[in-house]
Amino acid sequence: MFRNQYDTDVTTWSPQGRLFQVEYAMEAVKQGSAAIGLRSKTHVVLASVNKAQSELSSHQKKIFKVDHHIGVAIAGLTADGRVLSRYMRSECINYSYTYESPLPVGRLVVQLADKAQVCTQRSWKRPYGVGLLVAGLDESGAHLYYNCPSGNYFEYQAFAIGSRSQAAKTYMERRFEGFVSSTREDLLKDALFALRETLQGEKLKSSICTVAVVGVGEEFHILDNETVQGLIDAFEIVGEETPAPEEAAPAADEPAAADQGAPADEGAAPMDI
Amino acid sequence: MTKQQANWSPYDNNGGTCVAIAGANYCVIAADTRMSTGYSILTRDYSKICKLADKSVMASSGFQADVRALQKVLAARHLIYQHQHNKQMSCPAMAQLLSNTLYYKRFFPYYAFNVLGGLDNEGKGCVFTYDAVGSYERVGYSSQGSGFTLIMPFLDNQLKSPSPLLLPAKDAVTPLSEPEAIDLVKTCFASATERDIYTGDKLEIVVLNADGIRSEYMELRKD
Repeated sequence: MFRNQYDTDVTTWSPQGRLFQVEYAMEAVKQGSAAIGLRSKTHVVLASVNKAQSELSSHQKKIFKVDHHIGVAIAGLTADGRVLSRYMRSECINYSYTYESPLPVGRLVVQLADKAQVCTQRSWKRPYGVGLLVAGLDESGAHLYYNCPSGNYFEYQAFAIGSRSQAAKTYMERRFEGFVSSTREDLLKDALFALRETLQGEKLKSSICTVAVVGVGEEFHILDNETVQGLIDAFEIVGEETPAPEEAAPAADEPAAADQGAPADEGAAPMDI
Repeated sequence: MTKQQANWSPYDNNGGTCVAIAGANYCVIAADTRMSTGYSILTRDYSKICKLADKSVMASSGFQADVRALQKVLAARHLIYQHQHNKQMSCPAMAQLLSNTLYYKRFFPYYAFNVLGGLDNEGKGCVFTYDAVGSYERVGYSSQGSGFTLIMPFLDNQLKSPSPLLLPAKDAVTPLSEPEAIDLVKTCFASATERDIYTGDKLEIVVLNADGIRSEYMELRKD
């Protein structure tokens, strides 16, 4: 009720001890299109929904490679996300230059969080309006962190941010205990299923989503459209909601589906029942 | 009153020689692996060659601490380029970057004598040769380092012009085949090792072509 009185400056507390500007910044994250992340012991997968402004324009870039071992997915003000990605890349490069070893993910997220905190305590600044899902691999294993505009950060087994992310979170909450020992393929399947939840009925196609992976022996990279379409086709062939970890069958399906995915004509898959 | 002389130098010369030869669809970059200081040998097994990008390989002789610093700066700059452009730097682009990086320290130079080799945008071999402050030129072949005065005239004799009848003598990519160029490089080093005390121990040869990049080694005299 008193929100309007105490929300003009980021440096004004409300009587209840809240900083409304920071909370409004977190709202901006909720308005952005969905981004999800999940991790196992050896891999981390990021996936995001790419909405284009219109049919004529290109998609927003929401997943960025930060270093060989770290990538980030953003939701919210993508311009702020781009600037923070540039900062992260620069930090990784400087650390590698000085120490000749990759920047541990935990260190990077702390630096990022501190940077965000500064904007919550300067009257001439505003908080960053972007949430970041930082996925990375370092000596201590696979990590997934979420960085808020407030300057807080948390480590997660799986998380989703952006609009309709609750649907993805609910899906993942039911399954997250199994993620730690998931294979790479199962992790990707779960990511795509979770992403599908946020679409609320809209058909999942590789043209509206981006998927990226980082893992042991695998540098952070964004999967190309054909590979993603192949994975989508593979699990749609399986059909069910529950992606039972049947490694033999889907693994055999994927190369075949990837070949069929290549002539970008999703509607014509003869196996669609 | 005599002029005050420095009682300490920030530089040292670790010796060694580098060579690069450009071919129609390959490039050969070679350097010995001896690292010395004064009349002593520090190690017989130090690589002076650095892969900067998929199609750019640099060999540098001179002060190896400066060489290492230069390699790190270029690697960091290349990573930034890849983030911004989503692709690797081409060899001519890397050549310009190296020149700018060297000139940046015009008043406290990198004591590094560089030879950059690779494949240009058309897949042809290219070699760029530098001085310590970044002056560079694209050439068909070059050598730098302690043995360069012994090797360069020999390469001029063998490679300078496709034909002695063609005037003015054009410094083009050599019509030699890849195995012939490698053999030529081995001959150069075998000869330079005889008379240059800072060159020897082992020869590292890096070959870049359409199939990728590979390394070869050859033993040299150890005295």
